[in-house]
Formats: sequence, C-alpha cells, structure tokens
Amino acid sequence: MDTNNIFVYCEMEGGVILDVSLELLTKGKKLAKKLGCNLDAVVLGESLDNIGDVIFPYGVDTIHVVDDKRLVPYTTLPHTKALCELIKRHKPQICLMGATIIGRDLGPRVSSTLTSGLTADCTSLEIGDFSDNKNKKEYKDLLYQIRPAFGGNIVATIVNPDNRPQMATVREGVMKREIFDENYKGKIIKYDAKDIFDDTDFVVKVIERHVEKAANHLKSSPIVVAGGYGVGSKEGFDNLFKLAGLLKAEVAASRAAVDAGWIENERQVGQTGVTVRPKLYIACGISGQIQHIAGMQDSSMIISINNDPEAPINAIADYVITGSVEDVIPKMIKYYKQNSK
Amino acid sequence: MIVLAKQVPDTRNVGKDAMKADGTINRAALPAIFNPEDLNALEQALRIKDKFPGSTIIVLTMGPGRASDLLRDSLFRGADEGVLLSDRAFAGADTLATSYALSTAIKKIGDYDLILGGRQAIDGDTAQVGPQVAEKLGLPQITYSEEIINITADQIKVRRLIKGGVEVVTSPLPCLVTITGTAGEARPQNAKRVMQYKNTVAVKDDDNAVIKEWDTASVNAEIEKCGLSGSPTRVKHVENIVFQAKDSQRLGSSDNEIEGLMIELLNNHTIG
Repeated sequence: MDTNNIFVYCEMEGGVILDVSLELLTKGKKLAKKLGCNLDAVVLGESLDNIGDVIFPYGVDTIHVVDDKRLVPYTTLPHTKALCELIKRHKPQICLMGATIIGRDLGPRVSSTLTSGLTADCTSLEIGDFSDNKNKKEYKDLLYQIRPAFGGNIVATIVNPDNRPQMATVREGVMKREIFDENYKGKIIKYDAKDIFDDTDFVVKVIERHVEKAANHLKSSPIVVAGGYGVGSKEGFDNLFKLAGLLKAEVAASRAAVDAGWIENERQVGQTGVTVRPKLYIACGISGQIQHIAGMQDSSMIISINNDPEAPINAIADYVITGSVEDVIPKMIKYYKQNSK
Repeated sequence: MIVLAKQVPDTRNVGKDAMKADGTINRAALPAIFNPEDLNALEQALRIKDKFPGSTIIVLTMGPGRASDLLRDSLFRGADEGVLLSDRAFAGADTLATSYALSTAIKKIGDYDLILGGRQAIDGDTAQVGPQVAEKLGLPQITYSEEIINITADQIKVRRLIKGGVEVVTSPLPCLVTITGTAGEARPQNAKRVMQYKNTVAVKDDDNAVIKEWDTASVNAEIEKCGLSGSPTRVKHVENIVFQAKDSQRLGSSDNEIEGLMIELLNNHTIG
C-alpha cells in the first residue's frame, strides 16, 4: 500500500517515549499538513498497550506497533528489520528519527538496506521544490534537510530527489514539542513478531547496561554560563562554575573546550550536543561557530565575553564585553556579590 | 583486521575556496589530517595485535593520491598494510556511495574477522559510513564503542556508549565496530617504522605491495553505484552563514562597566 505518509520512529528508554521523538511527531504533523498526507508513528518495544494515550495527541493518524520483549533493550538488527519491513509495506515518503545514539545507529543501516538518502543532524526541515539542472528534471514538494556542514562554515540544504523514503535525523531540543489535539484519535496496527524476525536478528546480545540519571540540568536551566576555547584551561572553568553557582545556573561548553578535555561532553552545547533556550546565556571565550550558535541562538539574552571584538558570536549578542574571561568573570562574581541581597 | 580511515580537511582552518560550485568539498584547498576517531580505531586494532601478534592490520581508505599519507602514517604506528581506493568515479560520493565503494574493496580483501572504524569523521559528522558498510556486507555492527573488552576466535565483547550511560554487548565475528574519541588515544609513530616505510608509495594493482592502490576496475565496482551517480542525496544549495547583527551594547572590561552591567541585570531580574 503506497501511503506516501510521514513515518516517525519513536525511540523509547525505560518504557517511555523520548522527548526527541515527541518533538519529531510535532514537526512531522506540520509537514504532513503541508503535504496533505498522514502522520504515522513506529513504536518497537514491549508492553505497548497504552502507547496511543501518549502519542495520539500529537496528531498521529496511525501507530505501527511491534510488541516483543526481544526488542528491549535496543539492538541494531531487529529494529532495522522491523522498520524496513514497515517502510516496504507502507511506502512513506519521509522517515524521521532522533539523532540520538540509537537513531544514528539505526538510520544509516535502514537507509543502506533501502538505498534511500539520509541526512544526519538536521537543524531544520522544510518542504520545497527542486530543479535538477543537470538532468533537466523538476521535483515538487521534496523534504529540504537543512544542516550545518563542514566544521560549521556552511549551512547545506540536502534533498533526495528520487529515492524514498527521504530520511533525516534531528537532535533532541532542536524542534519544538506541542500537543496537536488532546482528543485526537488514530488507529493502531499491530504486527506479529513471528512474521518479521528470525533468530539471526538477535545475534548481538546486551549483557550489561548502566543508565545514570542526567548529571546536569542544562536543558531546563534558565541561566547558562558557557565556556569555549578562550577559557584557556580546565582551571579556567572553575571560575565559570563559581559564577554559575551564585546565579543558580548550569555550566555549558563549546565543542572546542570539550575536545580540549577541560570539561565533560555532556555539557556541550551545539549541533552535536545539547540545544538550550535559557533566558540568559553568558558565552565566555566562545568564538561562535555555526554549530554552537545552532544550539543556543534562541536564548532570550546573550552576553558575549571575548578578547576578539570581531568574534562571530558577538553579532547575535545583546551585550559584548571585550576582554579576557580570566579578568571579567572574577569581576562579575565580585560585583554580583556586592549588589545582590 | 581491517581499519577504515579517512583523510579529512582540518575543518578548523577553512578558507573561502573550500567549496566547489556543485556544493561538494574542494579538498585540494585544505590542510588534510588523519580523522581523529579513525586513529582511536587504529589503536584498538593495534591493541588486539599486541595480544595476538600473528594478526594482520590492513588500513583501507578512499580518496585522492595524497590520502596515501594517511596509510604511511598508519604503517609508522604499526599497521601491516594499506589500501588506497582511488578513482575519479568515486568523487562526489555521499555516505551511501562511499559505503558501497568501501564494501567492494573489503570484499576484495576477503579474509577478515573484524572491521574497525572511527564513529564519525570531522568533515561530515554523519556517523553513517560504518553502519552502511556493515549492512552492505551483511555483518552485525556495534557503534559508539569505547573499548574492546575481549575477543576470541568467534566472538567480540565491547563496551559502548548509550544515552546517559554504557552497555556491554557481545557479537559473533566477523562484525564491524565503530570507535568513539573517548576510547584510548593512538600510540605515536615508531621511529624504526618511520625509517622503514617513509619511502613506501602506493602501487597500483600489485598484491605484494605494502600500500596497494585500487580503482573501480580492481574492485569490480558498478560505476552507477559510485560517486555522485550512486548518491541518493543531492546538495540543493549551500550558504555561508552571516549572522543577523543585533544592536549589541559594547562594553569594556573595566570594574565600572562590569559593575554597571551586573546592577542592570539584577534590576531587571534577569539574574536573581
């Protein structure tokens, strides 16, 4: 059945659908309305009886469910097999998944199986037309898969003219999450695991698993103090933590600071890290590559502290302090203490 | 063992001539380095070879002639052989066409127990080639791996990252494993090996060469599955990003100015 729908692969952890999947359902609903097609969710896991209550309100028309305890925890081969099987049966025009470790493990495997194009870590998805000048062909209503590329020096718009589905992964927090209609109801289609899997799909075995509660609350923190290469050292971050402690803020970092080993990668903000939308973002010694900007540009207020008055991040900052992080942060600490009650 | 490696443009040093009109990368205009996570992958292979000295490490790369620098670097660090897959027909490949090309070369190598590679390359950050190669070869894959804990004749045990934690998985061999930057760092070049291999060059279609060079004909690749024609994705357009300038307020770092800012933020309740 050629449905031309939009598929969203819904990722689960501990029996709960991840935020990124709900964000993609929200985006998927908007794209589906634009294309005049339905929104389908794919849920692969166990004990999924109440799944409709959770995801129908996002405007889902059909939930495809494979319920089998061998699908938890996630391993590559059975999830690939099931998703490919559902795509072959229903022929969606678009398939979206989170750019999580699981999505980035599953997506390429599925795209290779189906010979369909996949774009990783998109920061925006739109619908539009495409002219292939070389082959003199026109395409209507393709998915524009938009992502920074090449060390953040460019933003590329990628299309998949001929192959279906058009596949893309999107990072958590990039898209907004919104209930479409509390009372929305679609249908659930269940598939029998026996018809899909054989034993060779389960050769990779998970023998141990440790999941820890998130060590920081970066995503929900109203104030973020972020450090980049200009912080200069691991010790330089101590001052940032001091300031953050006073302001009840979380500390974040650019990729350059994480790569330098000054701070753990859970605190990385940007395209390959966390996306944040605080009311105040203090960027300390961050030059502002597009990947970093992508993760914090929606902050309500941005203060940039940088030696370089021409640092790219200054262009989006509300306050630009030209000076060294080493010099400015202790002063901020001092004058906060003197003036707050 | 086969290690997949890529010579990548150093994306921290990008000039204006970095992109060609068709939206693909003008590699000639950029400094080229060994993709960092591929070095982590090579190190995992070398550690296995330390334990099983009889094993052989072949590093496979696809790219222009100068990518043989990466293969020599691998020999200096302890790899046994290199394969350079090079052909104009491979140019402009997206991840799927790249994976197809690599899989044809791996089939030609034929005899392997384990394929290793970096999780992702710093020029694209897609992490797609590893899983796609595994799929093309019908092998199990273990991505985001931090450490190979144990390997036997028919099974590998690996610790890998998951969201908010780690897990330990086993897989039958052969399989494909991608390695993250949190794995052990690569050992340095060995001075003796540098002397031994510094003049080694890639030799076309010579099975006895230490660095072999293969083209599409050598690996029986179907041309329409290679390069641009084998790529489902097209770059519609690219743009250099110019941020919309806000009216920023400019301050110096004097005590007066910083104090003024902190008082302003306190007064308007931005900070508490």
